[in-house]
Amino acid sequence: MTDDLAALRAETEAALAAAGDLRALDAVRVATLGKSGSLTALLKGLGAVAPEARKERGGAVNRLKGELEQAFEARRLVLEEAALEARLAAERMDVTLPPRPHPPAGAEAGAIHPIARTVEELTAIFGAMGFGVAEGPDIEGDWFNFGALNIPDHHPARQDHDTFYLPATAGGSRPVLRTHTSPVQIRTMLSQEPPIRVIVPGRTWRADHDATHSPMFHQVEGLVIDRGITLAHLKGCLIDFLRAFFGIRDLPVRFRSSYFPFTEPSMEVDIGWNRRTGELGKAQGGGNDWLEILGSGMVHPRVLANCGIDPREWQGFAFGMGIERITMLKHGIPDLRPFYESDIRWLRHYGHSPLSPASLAEGV
Amino acid sequence: MKFSLSWLKRHLETEATLERITATLNSIGLEVEGVEDRGAALAPFRIAHVVEATQHPNADRLRALKVDDGSGTLLSVVCGAPNARAGMKGVLGLPGAVIPGSGITLKVGEIRGVKSEGMMCSARELGLGEDHDGILDLPADAPVGAAYAAWAGLDDPVVEISVTPNRGDALSVRGIARDLAAAGLGRLLPFAPETVPGVYPAPLRWVIEDREACPWVLGRAVRGLRNGASPQWLRDRLTAIGLRPINALVDITNFFTFDLGRPLHVFDVAKVKGDTLVLRRGREGESFLALNGKEVSVTPEDCVIADAAAVESLAGIMGGEHSGSDEGTTEVFIECALFDPVRIALSGRRHGLRSDARQRFERGIDPALLPDALEAATAMVIALCGGEASEIAEAGAEPSWRREASLRFERIAGLGGAEIAPEAAVATLERLGFGVLSRDAERVTVSVPPWRNDIAAMGAEALVQAPGLPEAKARAAAEGRAAIEPECDLLEEVLRIHGLDRIPPASLPVASPVPLPALTPRQARAGLARRVLAARGMLDCVSFGFLDRATAARFGDVPERLRLENPIAADLDQMRPTPLASLALAAARNQARGWPDLALCELGGAYADAAPEGQALLAAGLRAGATPRHWAEPSRPVDAMDAKGDALAVLTALGVPMAALSVTADAPAHYHPGRSGVVRQGPRMVLARFGALHPRLCAALGLAGAVVGFEVFLDAIPEPKRRKKGLPDLPAFQPLRRDFAFLVDAAVPAESLLRAARGAERELIAEVSLFDRYAGEKLPEGKVSLALEVVLQPRAASLTDAEIEAVGARIVAAVGKATGATLRG
Repeated sequence: MTDDLAALRAETEAALAAAGDLRALDAVRVATLGKSGSLTALLKGLGAVAPEARKERGGAVNRLKGELEQAFEARRLVLEEAALEARLAAERMDVTLPPRPHPPAGAEAGAIHPIARTVEELTAIFGAMGFGVAEGPDIEGDWFNFGALNIPDHHPARQDHDTFYLPATAGGSRPVLRTHTSPVQIRTMLSQEPPIRVIVPGRTWRADHDATHSPMFHQVEGLVIDRGITLAHLKGCLIDFLRAFFGIRDLPVRFRSSYFPFTEPSMEVDIGWNRRTGELGKAQGGGNDWLEILGSGMVHPRVLANCGIDPREWQGFAFGMGIERITMLKHGIPDLRPFYESDIRWLRHYGHSPLSPASLAEGV
Repeated sequence: MKFSLSWLKRHLETEATLERITATLNSIGLEVEGVEDRGAALAPFRIAHVVEATQHPNADRLRALKVDDGSGTLLSVVCGAPNARAGMKGVLGLPGAVIPGSGITLKVGEIRGVKSEGMMCSARELGLGEDHDGILDLPADAPVGAAYAAWAGLDDPVVEISVTPNRGDALSVRGIARDLAAAGLGRLLPFAPETVPGVYPAPLRWVIEDREACPWVLGRAVRGLRNGASPQWLRDRLTAIGLRPINALVDITNFFTFDLGRPLHVFDVAKVKGDTLVLRRGREGESFLALNGKEVSVTPEDCVIADAAAVESLAGIMGGEHSGSDEGTTEVFIECALFDPVRIALSGRRHGLRSDARQRFERGIDPALLPDALEAATAMVIALCGGEASEIAEAGAEPSWRREASLRFERIAGLGGAEIAPEAAVATLERLGFGVLSRDAERVTVSVPPWRNDIAAMGAEALVQAPGLPEAKARAAAEGRAAIEPECDLLEEVLRIHGLDRIPPASLPVASPVPLPALTPRQARAGLARRVLAARGMLDCVSFGFLDRATAARFGDVPERLRLENPIAADLDQMRPTPLASLALAAARNQARGWPDLALCELGGAYADAAPEGQALLAAGLRAGATPRHWAEPSRPVDAMDAKGDALAVLTALGVPMAALSVTADAPAHYHPGRSGVVRQGPRMVLARFGALHPRLCAALGLAGAVVGFEVFLDAIPEPKRRKKGLPDLPAFQPLRRDFAFLVDAAVPAESLLRAARGAERELIAEVSLFDRYAGEKLPEGKVSLALEVVLQPRAASLTDAEIEAVGARIVAAVGKATGATLRG
């Protein structure tokens, strides 16, 4: 490197070190790399260099330019960080001061999410039928989510669950994001003696993402364990719920035989609707279309026994349904994905007033 | 599982309509996914003969046809197809018919002066394909006047059902027919194939090394055959259900897979090395080219079929390319085996191989069917390809599958809630193939048919009882299960065939005339917190509990143990340390859409560990931007005090006594270090944190303007004691208010002044509040002025000036002692 370049470098580096704030730094940058800066002048001067020396000289000047630009950037980061630290140190407030007596005025009122509203309604309706609400963790053990529910590792039903897995723990078990709310059946039966009547609303997770599937969604589980509870009660309970929830007193409800590992007999439940208009209820002039809405059945003896309940003495039923699905049907919400996107326009449109929590007295 | 109506009728003698069949399938647990009935749309279309074809007088591209539809009168039809010619046979639609391809209803018309009384149709118009170059050109022997769909074999509706994992037997047309017969839709036709005598010794023999993986296998060869395309009926059968015909030998194995639910495999004898096929576990390093064209590396956990040279097949899942049959095959060896369902399921999953064979084997196939299925397959091979059969090679033996189960008739009503007569229940079981072993007034005991491996399968899946159950309880429960599970299996069959829809519903018995509270106090608190925040103008959000690791790391710990092993997207891989992180991302999205001023909240999980104790319920909220512009109240940026107000509003609503709380300035790193606080009850218990979000975090997430947030730890809030309130304090004397302005170091928390003032005198001081804070030029550097209002409440008598002064002095002294503040002059 020729002497003039070395001198320019030394000079600029000294100026950089001396620049104590971003404004000073910018001044140095202009003086060096600006339109009439010292380095820019060297670049302009290349034309005057003899052709045989130009290549070498040009390379050296450009290298220096690159080095200086890096030095500027490094210094800028240091100064910015220092400026932020200074700002943070200066921006101290006494956080023990009492807050304002009222919230900041809002352009519009807040709102309760449609899912939370549906959970309130479920709680009100099933609460009137004597159900309590039970809860469990989102991250579950394999036994709670599968084994205890009669879904062993090789069971074909496992493939349908699209399970999210977390790394195995030191004990070798592999936690999962619960694929249904059913593990709370198990937790309830282990923590509570029969008779049992609970619903379990909560978050559930499956590794599936498209227009009609979300990797996180909500289910509500129901569990009734008692003496003398029959499949007729299961049907009655679900018919009573569906008609109250949708507010249609003659809503047609159909029961079809099906299979779930944790119930026997199992059945799927459809409600009557008009496929063309999306209206729920009895078709005018007969001929219903049917819409599958939930799965249910009598609790499998293995599930009871896994929880230490003697199936000779106690029996009962369980059901599970998608909260988003019944919410979409009830309120005519066409798409699933916006439920989780927190778009304030959607939340304002479909949200509910916080001042009238669901109550049977006021009507859900 | 798909089947066509004509295939079903191979096994079921029935007069039932398609509609009744699908309704019954739905009711008995074989849910109908779809019905494809091309014949219905094609019903009005008939085969017609073009007697005469002349150029249309007024249009170059049209032809005027005279068409015979078998009615005796010739019809005039105008046609634009280039291939329309006299003497051809085609498909005619008459006025009133709806064209399947377009939905248009045909009418009598006049096209450029020539009458048209019908339409000759192309394949596309009939919905049979894309071909629209000309009208359908049928063979010369097509019967004029006949219904086209019936003649072309298109009047065979195809039904698709979804088969639940317990019903391996319903993955066969015969199994479906059996269920329908049991439900009263007809008679199950007998299946008793004739024995095909073997005329030469089997060229291959079986050796089973692993009896657990494969208990029984049969095989026999057919030599001197000619493999080629299958006959039309077989091709139609397979095409109708979406299978591609390959060659007769492969088609026959596919046919039996669906007809009897009995997967078969055929080896080309000429390609097998040696004279032995071994059923054994795979060995490290072994691989074979599967029929799907992929190389499969087998493991010691897989069951394989190998010859002297190599692995030829992944048993029960997929055969190999090498020894498969092709057009040149002249001698074939038919494999008919039984495999352990669990090993098949695990192998299939391990290799990601799906096949019709795996689907059936992993659900379990009829263990008694092997000899009959082999006879039927042998007969069909000889019928379609010629040749002669060898003797049967066999290894292993038919496993014991015989089981019994009993049903107490009382349980039909006692568990099923149904009124079904014992005779009807027994008849249903018999139609399903159960054999009555004994019966009295109370119960029936039956033998379980071999194809129902889901019934009374007590040994297959052991109980997995909760660890830590009291021993006696666990034993009683296990005995109870053993006693009644087979009965539940039978009951399910009876109810299923009876129709669950026919059981009269009964409302749940009333547990308590006035229902008890459905929510625990803890659950009620979460709902209340949500309503408090929404009432403060916040929009309640629900977001995924996982997000990208880099963002999560800005809000707390991101341990590897909370990172998903199989995220659906790389940016949804880490369980969130707080819902505030999700809200920050949501705020950035809304701002990017042009909404800078926001108030969002979420009640949701914060994850520190996979154990239940590591999963907390938080109420989190975020405000961004400024308050609205309004003439009466100027807009201002939101600040940390707004977030503190939100957090304290939740705590107040949940019954936390405010006087017991303190605020410390040590919030975690996602908050601004100087503008954030931690709300504590006592020194240890953290109830909430709040503050401005850290500027670096805001910059990284693209959040603009002021951004503040809070997190309330709902699980940490102690349950309020449900005590009656004491009597209200209603003194007879008027309160007095006195203001005190203190000069104090700016670093001294205001809270310490308030606390000291409140504690200065127990009797008289009813309330202390801070109403002014001033820092500025008029004050010495580093000092602030804090002004307190003190409410004095006399109780016994009005206060004298001296008493008031004395209290004032005590307040000044107490505050001064605690904080170094002096009264401002």
